[in-house]
Amino acid sequence: MYDAGKIIVGLVVFVVLATSPLWINVLTDEGPEAPTIVYPTNGSTECVESKEFMIPNHMDLLNEWRDEVVRDGTRDYVSTSNGKTFDMSLSRTCMDCHSNKAEFCDACHTYLAVSPYCWDCHVEPKGAN
Amino acid sequence: MAGNRRDFLKLAGLTALGATGASSIKATKADASTGGGHAENSSDGVRLAMVIDLRKFTKNDALIQRCIDACHETHNVPNFENDPKNEIKWIWSDDFETAFHSQEFHFIREDLKEKPTLLLCNHCDNPPCTRVCPTQATWKRESDGIVMMDWHRCIGCRYCVVACPYGSRSFNFKDPRPGIDEITVDYPTRMKGVVEKCTFCEERLARGLEPACVEVCDNDEIIFGDLNDPTSKVRQVLAERMAIRRKAGLGTQPEVYYIIDDPRTLQEVAPAAVVEVAEGGDHA
Repeated sequence: MYDAGKIIVGLVVFVVLATSPLWINVLTDEGPEAPTIVYPTNGSTECVESKEFMIPNHMDLLNEWRDEVVRDGTRDYVSTSNGKTFDMSLSRTCMDCHSNKAEFCDACHTYLAVSPYCWDCHVEPKGAN
Repeated sequence: MAGNRRDFLKLAGLTALGATGASSIKATKADASTGGGHAENSSDGVRLAMVIDLRKFTKNDALIQRCIDACHETHNVPNFENDPKNEIKWIWSDDFETAFHSQEFHFIREDLKEKPTLLLCNHCDNPPCTRVCPTQATWKRESDGIVMMDWHRCIGCRYCVVACPYGSRSFNFKDPRPGIDEITVDYPTRMKGVVEKCTFCEERLARGLEPACVEVCDNDEIIFGDLNDPTSKVRQVLAERMAIRRKAGLGTQPEVYYIIDDPRTLQEVAPAAVVEVAEGGDHA
């Protein structure tokens, strides 16, 4: 191989440069900033289900609500965590407490790079944002 | 063996005739039992209908605009003025002559021809729009007969727009939000690429309210109720007055009725004959 030294050095330099974002992250211990969720400020302490259930499952719950309200015409949801009855409505029930879409919904969704299409049609409460 | 190609063919022919005959008789019977009847599928349930008293609407009536505004504000219906291609309408007004052109009121007075007529989705008993929907985004609700829309499911193929003989469906060719003056937070808007129409205010009915257009009327200009309940106001009004429906001859069984008579004229002409018939019925 001609110029083996130059090529190997060049390769090493290239690999180090190309992977530098990873190294810098590891060495400086600075990951991307995790989102902070702002919880309701209207005094409400109970969600329709427990926080542990809602965090991984809210999207499925919302899909169920959508189908039941639109297709079956049922609007009452009985919570399995506290037995209370809620109106199955994104804008009436969810956004009644979580009234700031930017701080509550978007904070995580942006961090995770998901873009749910709820808000193409549904309207976020006034005053937020 | 004697004969038997000819005999065999006769027998086969008779058998075939018998089989097709029996099945076609069955089919005819089935047609007769499902066609034409009113609210056949849910005669025990609720069948919502609307009665519009045309006599109570006059030309340039502010009430017409109030009805339209109430509906369109409640449901975030955009207003693209002077842009007919993008127009979205749930409830609108047109001349009587245009609205009922198939009835051929040939020689009526000019002012009656131009009488403003409120038009909206007829929530047909036999809706052609729901049959053609490939995703079941529109369907007839069993519980009360409302022709529903599921905007989550609509893919914007517009078959229903073509199927509807009343022009009750509008398609969002562009994002409707810029056309909405003030968005009602309680109700979703639609997005580009879906079809929309009147839903008889099913979201208000669920909360015990009347449809928005009925609510702004204070003199029974629009009456709303259950056709299957003989004591309901719609049934009482329809029993007493002359009402027509748009393009009833198509067999779609529209559920929006238009009163065209004058109650005073009916009372003047009919009483003697009506009493006689009623008494005869009692004795028999």
